[in-house]
Amino acid sequence: MANVHQFDVVVVGAGGAGLMAGLYASRNAKTAVISKLYPTRSHTGAAQGGISAALGNYEEDKPEWHMYDTVKGSDYLGDQDAIEFMCNEAIDAVLELEHMGLPFDRTPEGRISQRPFGGHTNNETGKPVRRAAHAADRTGHMILQTLYQQCLKNNVNFFDEYQALDFITVNGKTAGVMAVNIATGELHTIHAKSVIFATGGHGRIFEVTSNAYAYTGDGAAILLRHGIPLEDMEFFQFHPTGIYKLGILITEGVRGEGGVLINGKGERFMPKYAPTVKDLASRDVVSRAIYTEIKEGRGVNGKNYVYLDIRPETVNKFAVEDGRTNPDGSKYNLTAEQVLQKLPDIIDFCRVYLGIDPVTQMMPIQPTAHYTMGGIPTNKYGQVVIDDKNTVFPGLYAAGECACVSVHGGNRLGTNSLLDLVVFGKHAGLKAAEYAKTADFEKLPDNPLAESQARFESLKNGSGKENVFNLSTELKNAMFNDVGIYRNEKDMQSALNKVRELKARFKDVAVKDTGKVFNTELLNAWELGNLLDVAEVVAMSALNRKESRGGHSREDFPERDDKNWLKHTLVWNKDGKLEIGYKAVTITKYQPKARVY
Amino acid sequence: MEITVKIFRYNPETDTRGNYVTYKIEGDENDRVLDVLEYIKGMRDGTLAFRRSCAHGVCGSDAMRINGRNMLACKTLVRDVGANITVEPILGLRIVNDLIVDMEPFFDNYKKMLPYFINESPLPEDGRERLQTVEDRARFDETTKCILCACCTTSCPSYWANGEYYGPAAIVTAHRFIFDSRDEAADERLQILAETDGVARCHTAYNCTEACPREIKVTKAIGEVKMAMMTGKV
Repeated sequence: MANVHQFDVVVVGAGGAGLMAGLYASRNAKTAVISKLYPTRSHTGAAQGGISAALGNYEEDKPEWHMYDTVKGSDYLGDQDAIEFMCNEAIDAVLELEHMGLPFDRTPEGRISQRPFGGHTNNETGKPVRRAAHAADRTGHMILQTLYQQCLKNNVNFFDEYQALDFITVNGKTAGVMAVNIATGELHTIHAKSVIFATGGHGRIFEVTSNAYAYTGDGAAILLRHGIPLEDMEFFQFHPTGIYKLGILITEGVRGEGGVLINGKGERFMPKYAPTVKDLASRDVVSRAIYTEIKEGRGVNGKNYVYLDIRPETVNKFAVEDGRTNPDGSKYNLTAEQVLQKLPDIIDFCRVYLGIDPVTQMMPIQPTAHYTMGGIPTNKYGQVVIDDKNTVFPGLYAAGECACVSVHGGNRLGTNSLLDLVVFGKHAGLKAAEYAKTADFEKLPDNPLAESQARFESLKNGSGKENVFNLSTELKNAMFNDVGIYRNEKDMQSALNKVRELKARFKDVAVKDTGKVFNTELLNAWELGNLLDVAEVVAMSALNRKESRGGHSREDFPERDDKNWLKHTLVWNKDGKLEIGYKAVTITKYQPKARVY
Repeated sequence: MEITVKIFRYNPETDTRGNYVTYKIEGDENDRVLDVLEYIKGMRDGTLAFRRSCAHGVCGSDAMRINGRNMLACKTLVRDVGANITVEPILGLRIVNDLIVDMEPFFDNYKKMLPYFINESPLPEDGRERLQTVEDRARFDETTKCILCACCTTSCPSYWANGEYYGPAAIVTAHRFIFDSRDEAADERLQILAETDGVARCHTAYNCTEACPREIKVTKAIGEVKMAMMTGKV
């Protein structure tokens, strides 16, 4: 068999979680990181506002407050043992990034600077707390660069521009992955004791999204085909502030610095929906508020958008109304210069894509599909768990957005995604290396390429009646319109039917590119297959959950129903048919109560 | 509006040389050039090959020559370049397929810069962050923005003339560490850049600064490195 490589640990994906996993695994085991993009192209680089930790660099803060805020933000669906673990690890995780050279912005004392973010509060006063450690509005970019650099320093083996196609499993144990070298079209078998999936989310199932083209749910789809369940896939985060129509993210840091949302009548509307923290409520709350304003006719010019306003005069006016002061108690006074300095990329996006200057003009925004709360079920060590009893699949790990630990539950707090990557990427890497020390290599099956080859062949040999671009457009529209911010039985059923119709029509796709070198047409078609598989699970999980919780808001079941639905959804693929099951939520310190901001 | 797009095509498995193919499509002045390419790939010719990921100018995948200048296709709107658009691969790197070039030499130069934080001194005793003043942090702020798209390096006449030149992007990376008050390997990096293929090959054409989609003043950064080399002071 040609092109067989052997590593103790192979990591699939080179964003924040994959790089952190690779870095830690490589200290104790022979490790490879494969990625369909050059690592620095990964979507972690698009994260803007910050990474949270109760450093308390400006004001009092504690990990317990961070934990409570995260539990409340999750609408009590997050597993509290995992949340506590993450929030306790947060301080050391952020300090470790600084020790690796990450150029955080600084306080006047030279410490890591922090800004307020949605849902992060002082638990005694209920007011926003400065918890998000930041590097301007490119914190994710700096994390990605720093971790990649540290991997280079530590000689981690990279397979750049290798697309993982399949997971190899023998007798219920991990044996490696299959991948294609995109530059040559050659298939490679990577024989490994441990495999860590860190493949990111699947926001490309939605029409308006902040997510990269690469966000096609590859890891989740590959494992689903191997009988691994997916957890809580109905929970998808719509970020309140995407650039109108384009969906490009405008960081919550804008509101952290004092920006406010304004409707078509020129009114600031968040105080109606979240009287205490107002514009800094959780993302699900703010997205619903925007949608409600639009639905009730208060969008701008009757269209589907509202404004985000960071003009200093607006910010300073409302700072007085809200009683917001600087950490030393002095008057909060944002200047145009500070806006440029703290939010340079946001200013740049607005100038390039909208032709407006946020220092003097308001930004037209609408909610944008942003983050996958659900995913591959894991415990807090990144081990993939495959049933309601949390049975570990030997040698298989997942971390980052593709995983569901679950620390985000029904709704993720801003800045907790970057924290999740770093904390669980590290632990997945450590565990995977530890497992590799004691485990033996499984014998590879006779033809591990078979499944990947068959998929490629069928994509090349369809009737050609259908086209990837059209199918993809139909999928994104159906999911965005019918499994979006507000949901109901009829729409979700229609979306599920549509996804199934598209899956059937997908068989009639015929890729015309017969080349081997960068056959991106073939890979895009393969990725659409993943999007379809994942979208079916999302639509089905959403249709099944008859309550409203976090990012899952049903018009026909508007209340949270803890009696029947305080549980995780698990969906398995059993011979092509999806089956639903459940798993208990771990509750330790905080019993569910009404969620008010 | 009708958009006419002339695209450089090269299939490495069948062509001995590249050629241009023109497509006419209906589009909008607010479309990104990347949207236009996606449409052509999706509806006209699936074999068209280019890299892309984030689609909003932060991942650095889709650097290409648009009407003769290096730009990111996702950060360039039709209204910025007009309805007649010529798209070609960036120069100075081997063309692999259509608009895709071999990025390995580019990343090899990056890797020569010791592109990682080096500080072997003990951490603060309380285990907290190393301190850095706001002013010290500001000294290298701009060069931390680099997304390694290669727009600068592949617009540089010195790089076109001599592919051994490390190029502007590599020097930007070195700058990010040389001027970081916490880093301890400035001297090693300055030595590397003092070699024949280092900053001496920069003739201040300013193409790099013009090309940078992140608005990094690349030539200025190279100048600061040259100055540090001459004065021995960072």
